[in-house]
Amino acid sequence: MSLGDLSVGQAAAQPNRAGSAVELSGITKVFGSGNEAVHALGPLDLAVEAGSFVSVVGPSGCGKSTLLRLIAGLDSPSEGRMLRYGAILDGPSRDVGIVFQDHVLFPWATILENVMLPADVFSLPKAAARGRALRLLEMTGLKDFASHKPHMLSGGMKQRAAFCRALLADPQMLLLDEPFGALDALTREELSLELSRLWQDLGRTALLITHDIEEAILLGDRIIVMSKRPGRIRLDIPIDLPRPRDVNTAKLPRFVEIKQLARGLIFTPEQD
Amino acid sequence: MTGASRTSIAQHAITPAIYLALLIVWEGSVRYFNLPAWVLPAPSAIAITSKEWAPELLFNSFVTLRETLVGFLIALVLSLPLAVVIAFTTTTRRIIYPILLGLQSVPKVALAPLVILWLGIGNWPKIVIVVLVCFFPILVNVVAGLESVPKNMLDLMRSLRAPESVVFRRLRIPIALPHLFTGCKIAITFAVIGAVIGEFVAAQEGLGYLILISTAQSQTPLAFAAILLLTLISVMLFYVVELLEKRLVTWTP
Ligand SMILES: Nc1ncnc2c1ncn2[C@@H]1O[C@H](COP(=O)(O)OP(=O)(O)OP(=O)(O)O)[C@@H](O)[C@H]1O
Ligand SMILES: [Mg+2]
Repeated sequence: MSLGDLSVGQAAAQPNRAGSAVELSGITKVFGSGNEAVHALGPLDLAVEAGSFVSVVGPSGCGKSTLLRLIAGLDSPSEGRMLRYGAILDGPSRDVGIVFQDHVLFPWATILENVMLPADVFSLPKAAARGRALRLLEMTGLKDFASHKPHMLSGGMKQRAAFCRALLADPQMLLLDEPFGALDALTREELSLELSRLWQDLGRTALLITHDIEEAILLGDRIIVMSKRPGRIRLDIPIDLPRPRDVNTAKLPRFVEIKQLARGLIFTPEQD
Repeated sequence: MTGASRTSIAQHAITPAIYLALLIVWEGSVRYFNLPAWVLPAPSAIAITSKEWAPELLFNSFVTLRETLVGFLIALVLSLPLAVVIAFTTTTRRIIYPILLGLQSVPKVALAPLVILWLGIGNWPKIVIVVLVCFFPILVNVVAGLESVPKNMLDLMRSLRAPESVVFRRLRIPIALPHLFTGCKIAITFAVIGAVIGEFVAAQEGLGYLILISTAQSQTPLAFAAILLLTLISVMLFYVVELLEKRLVTWTP
């Protein structure tokens, strides 16, 4: 099943494949001050082309989530400038769907209610949103759990529910912070390929943070490898593999080549 | 009968069994030591007196219950909006919180004569004392609840650009609800105490008044019956609140 045929009540935004969805220049992020200051990120420049799929990999604690929160408009950078579709980025946007690293579901609400949260906040037509929510739940194998509370779901199932919620209002841009982190290899592959197809159909912009290099390459147009904290960009190369991609893509020589390159960078110290 | 169900019956029977044993020990010692009824009445004496005085006991229970409930509900209605104001505006908090803290630190028994001086000796002074006693635990807990929203949930709402009214309805209220019930459970037991304090200071009716006059006339069995009824009311009200909580709070934080 594909999500390409899904539509919400709102007019589906036209895929915007021109220009930059996000443009960061000279971004740094320092948490705290004085002795306790933590330099988490940057300096870093990054432009994410509208309609592209960018994968970010890097060692734990290097500032990936920090980067995502900056792009989401949830935090502001210590230095530097950020643009979203050419306008100053200084806060969250309803055109951006986020899957947080810690799923964040409301424990008092059912899975369906959780997934429909954006529709409720945006006052979208109830029936259409419900239909879309149910289709998303079906696609992610959660249909039977629509009326369950989150505590009855496994970690991976909660992540899938959070994924559905991020997609509900059909956002222009998707920010995904290890959305498949707690999933088993098979579900993970299935969901990520579904995401890949969905992204291709809808022409949305996506930024995926993952610790799985193969997943990064399989999904992305471009892979960014970050250095240890403070996170900077060590490698930023296009993934020139044919689409649509599937399980066999991982066997292509070019795939293996990119994988070796990224892996090498993650596991060798920087020398400069 | 299986072993498992036998132990579960034993578990259910153990509390009543212990109470029954205590009653028997009580009855036995009063008879054995020949204690006069005005010092410590035997359970049987209390039962006989209760039956004799049943109409008075019931009427005064009703009076005390009414004061308790009305006071509790007024406290609830007053503290909820104030809690919202305190949780959201730092200036109000800075001005109001010290006053409330001061008010809370004054022993309510000390305030009771003043309240009666101002309000006379109807039902209202007692209700006002109940309100004073209940108000603070509810307020403090609801303020804490409204403020204990996890940051990641607020971030989620912020990422959706949810207006504060939606954040309040969809996030703060559900989070604050268990705290509200914690406050209510404390307040409802305080409420009964508050009502009795009021009745002690000035009243013509209520279980507190009944205790006061029956001990003054050495009618100790009647005082005991009234005390038992007070305990019963207190415990019953607590369980009603807990039942409501189980109905409304179906999730664990
Ligand atoms: N709110 C904060 N206050 C202080 N320090 C923070 C804060 N958030 C993140 N940091 C620090 O910034 C650094 C980067 O954190 P971040 O969460 O971005 O890492 P990450 O790359 O997402 O790691 P992981 O792969 O383990 O999720 C860490 O050293 C962390 O301690
Ligand atoms: Mg992270």
